[in-house]
Amino acid sequence: MNPSNARPRIDRIRDALNQTFQPATLDVVDDSSSHAGHAGASASGETHYLVTIVSQAFAGKGRVERHRLVNAALSSEFSSGLHALALKVKAPGE
Amino acid sequence: MTGINDWIDREVKGNDVVLFMKGTPQMPMCGFSGQVVFMLEKLGVTYKGHNVLSSEELRQGIKEYTNWPTIPQLYVKGEFVGGCDIVREMFQSGELQTLMTDKGVPVAVS
Repeated sequence: MNPSNARPRIDRIRDALNQTFQPATLDVVDDSSSHAGHAGASASGETHYLVTIVSQAFAGKGRVERHRLVNAALSSEFSSGLHALALKVKAPGE
Repeated sequence: MTGINDWIDREVKGNDVVLFMKGTPQMPMCGFSGQVVFMLEKLGVTYKGHNVLSSEELRQGIKEYTNWPTIPQLYVKGEFVGGCDIVREMFQSGELQTLMTDKGVPVAVS
């Protein structure tokens, strides 16, 4: 078993985002059950998440760049079955 | 460039507004794709929809084309605008309509 798969995906997402962005606010919700049965949803769940993140790392950056940074931080999750992220990405004060 | 990359490039540069989605504008197969369809219809924008579920090559190719891991993806005048969250934020703030107008894409808000 891949050691990175030993913990639930939601914990790995939190860890990766905390380490990469040192966010002032981070909220991760597993929304997989809302999408059960549709294309891309797997029987085990862990496919759909809602992420709200506030970090200085996003200050002065455009929307697409912010999302790309978050997606890049979670690239190993995308390649191991993460299907969808609903993202709210802000800098402090926005 | 691979064949699919060339094809995508021609599509996004040869059409004013292009949406890569799951399902079709008439029958979206995913809530996120359906939201973007709803917003484009609200703006009264003419757009071309491509169903990525019809081709595994397209489904992978579009993610690599613009370094974006999820569907839907909206392009205006050859430029990648964003996925569902970004399009929704821009729609709600009025920026999406401004973007269309600035780029010379006719809108007819209903």
